[in-house]
Amino acid sequence: MAPPRRPFFRRKKTCPFSGSNAPRIDYKNVKLLGRFTSERGKIVPSRITAVSTKKQRELSRAIKRARFLALMPYVLK
Amino acid sequence: MALYEQVVIARQDISSAQVDGLIDQLKQIAEEQGAKVTKEEYWGLKTMAYRIKKNRKGHYVLFNLDGPSAAIKEMERNMHLNEDVLRYLTLRVEEFEEGPSIMMQNRRDRRERRGEDEESRERPAEAKAEKTEKAEA
Repeated sequence: MAPPRRPFFRRKKTCPFSGSNAPRIDYKNVKLLGRFTSERGKIVPSRITAVSTKKQRELSRAIKRARFLALMPYVLK
Repeated sequence: MALYEQVVIARQDISSAQVDGLIDQLKQIAEEQGAKVTKEEYWGLKTMAYRIKKNRKGHYVLFNLDGPSAAIKEMERNMHLNEDVLRYLTLRVEEFEEGPSIMMQNRRDRRERRGEDEESRERPAEAKAEKTEKAEA
């Protein structure tokens, strides 16, 4: 039976926050949080950014706090 | 006692002297209730991502507080009454991050870079001045 066709090359992506010198997730660090929001300002799901579930919860909490303090937009037109 | 991190946004059209007055007033309230302000940072007049109560910019202040919850509640009550304060966020934290926060580090890098630009601009001005002197001599 022919091997199932691979739709695309699935490289094992590692969580950017695991490992020793990982940056701390902080609601004040807007540059870091901006990397995990889409260009419309929405939070990118962890299946795309390969962030571990625990860190994704921390990340979304920090992004929501930054949005509350108007450091980050809710919606980017 | 409990460690709290507090960010306060003040209205844009109050002068920086009034912002200092507001900061001292809040610190005084905290000390009265037995809380200690371990760190206090003024991030300056920042443009906000969206308008809050018709203000596009706001004075951002960060406080690191160590004290009972009564002190924090009293500070928050005053901030509610004070209409210069647009918004505040108080968080209970396990431990403070030592040293300046990320906001202050960015500002310092930018200032250093801007410092260099000013020097490079002065040098061509001096060079021009010398040339004119040689021409006159």
